[in-house]
Amino acid sequence: MPLRIVMAKVGLDGHDRGVKVVARALRDAGFEVIYTGLRQTPEMVVDAAIQEDAQVIGLSLHSGAHMTLIPAVVDELKRKGAEDIMVFGGGIIPEEDIVELKRLGVAEIFPPGSGLQQIVDFLRERFPEEAAAPA
Amino acid sequence: MPTADGHLARVLADFRAGKVRGLARAITLVERRDPLTRQLFEALGPPAKSPLVIGLTGSPGTGKSTLGDAIVALSRKAGLSVAVLAVDPNSPFTGGAVFGDRIRMQRHALDPGVYIRSMGARGHLGGLSVASREAVRLLAAYGFDLIILETVGVGQSELEVAGIADTTVVVMAPGLGDGVQMIKAGIMEIADIFVVNKADLPGYERTMQEIRSMQNMGPKLAWKPPIVATVAARGEGVAELKQAVERHQAHLAASGEGKERRRRRLEEEAADLVAEWSRVAARKLVQEDPKLRRRLENEQAPYGVAEAILKEQGARLVPGVSSKEKPK
Ligand code: B12
Ligand SMILES: Nc1nc2c(ncn2[C@@H]2O[C@H](COP(=O)(O)OP(=O)(O)O)[C@@H](O)[C@H]2O)c(=O)[nH]1
Ligand SMILES: [Mg+2]
Repeated sequence: MPLRIVMAKVGLDGHDRGVKVVARALRDAGFEVIYTGLRQTPEMVVDAAIQEDAQVIGLSLHSGAHMTLIPAVVDELKRKGAEDIMVFGGGIIPEEDIVELKRLGVAEIFPPGSGLQQIVDFLRERFPEEAAAPA
Repeated sequence: MPTADGHLARVLADFRAGKVRGLARAITLVERRDPLTRQLFEALGPPAKSPLVIGLTGSPGTGKSTLGDAIVALSRKAGLSVAVLAVDPNSPFTGGAVFGDRIRMQRHALDPGVYIRSMGARGHLGGLSVASREAVRLLAAYGFDLIILETVGVGQSELEVAGIADTTVVVMAPGLGDGVQMIKAGIMEIADIFVVNKADLPGYERTMQEIRSMQNMGPKLAWKPPIVATVAARGEGVAELKQAVERHQAHLAASGEGKERRRRRLEEEAADLVAEWSRVAARKLVQEDPKLRRRLENEQAPYGVAEAILKEQGARLVPGVSSKEKPK
């Protein structure tokens, strides 16, 4: 059973090139990506991840609102008793904010320029069983 | 790692308590063909009521998800709870996939009466049929009034949808090359209703006309599949589609065909399970049993070994009763 990842753009932010590139790379690595599209609220993303029984939520933010929206997803997961679902993401997020987000429970943030293989490897390391390289 | 029994108990408790997580995890069990599946169904027992299952199939981009969204909206107004199961193919090379069907259904995202699940068809596990049929059964047991099963009409999948749905809707659209040449073999047989979506675009009358002439060339049927024009993106024609579904349901009930279909479906399902169980177990046997391996090597043909496995190992092909080990 492949690793399942819900990917979303939260908030008012139309920059979807990055999230689509990453989604395709994860597909090519053998993962199942459920892309929910633009303008998602934290509640929508968490509900989708629960309905889809995803192990991972991938968030993409370029709007500058990452310090409110990403922690809101983490909080919503806790509120729904689903904190076992891992949150990671990428987009325009400065280094000092990455440190703070990780302190709040976000697994990793991949800023612009991150290699796609780096993102795939990160998931393979976190989920050795579900995310093995295809034979 | 939790034990298998502990996991099943938790899934069942959540499922029975009406928690979405319980349902979602139960579907994952059937999706990954977990040996716990059988215990799961035996614990749940037969569903209290049987929901209506509508199948939506057709080429990519014809508007199946948008139409599904419009049907959900209409059904929610009528107070029905709805589950959508969107089945898409996985990449045959990597097994991965990007599922985008939810994008069209975002307005129902926070509605507790709507459940949406994306599922990979994963060809190598026997295709759409076994897992999605069981997922539909779980959705029924959870208590949904209506289940919409969306699948991309590639390969054999539309035939399999027809084996699961009560009413199969074949969705076409103008301008996608969905003309006569796209009306694939088998489609006329499985369609209970045709939808020509995107009726706001030029050419939709021609698509309808083409379907009609195909119908006139075929044999006279007790149920002549109606052709409904829709603009799913604006919800137009969806009430007409709903009426067509209701008429088809009435026909199934009055003619006895509904009962006949349900009987056939169970027969198919039993046969599919035999195939799946024995394939999984036999694969392991031929890899691990030195006697069988030697025999294959000597005979250079599969028939003797296949027969020997079925005759001699029959009972051990059933998951969970292997004498050597208990599946985890
Ligand atoms: C292309 C672009 C646009 C395009 C977007 C097209 C599209 N559909 O995506 C257009 C022209 C529409 C656009 C518009 C705007 N933009 Co613009 N845009 C850019 C630009 C130049 C490149 C973004 C891009 O596509 N990069 C390529 C992709 C592949 O990279 P990426 O998104 O960073 O993704 C990588 C990583 O971040 C990470 N990643 C991303 N998402 C995810 C998710 C997960 C789960 C993971 C693991 C990793 C991951 O992995 C990827 C690979 O390394 C950036 C500048 C820049 N250098 O980033 C500005 C930029 C993002 N835009 C900006 C702005 C301000 C705007 C506008 C508000 C401008 C305006 N005043 O009109 C509008 C807003 C539009 C809207 N509705 O949101 C600012 C944002 C500033 C900020 N947040 O502080 C930037 C940074 C430019 C700047 N320096 O000011 N923009
Ligand atoms: N013009 C028009 N476009 C539509 C209509 N319904 C859906 N679409 C568009 O067709 C595209 C594919 O729709 P989607 O529902 O994802 O198709 P699917 O692949 O069959 O599930 C999307 O861009 C929709 O917005 C319609 O009634 N009219
Ligand atoms: Mg679709």
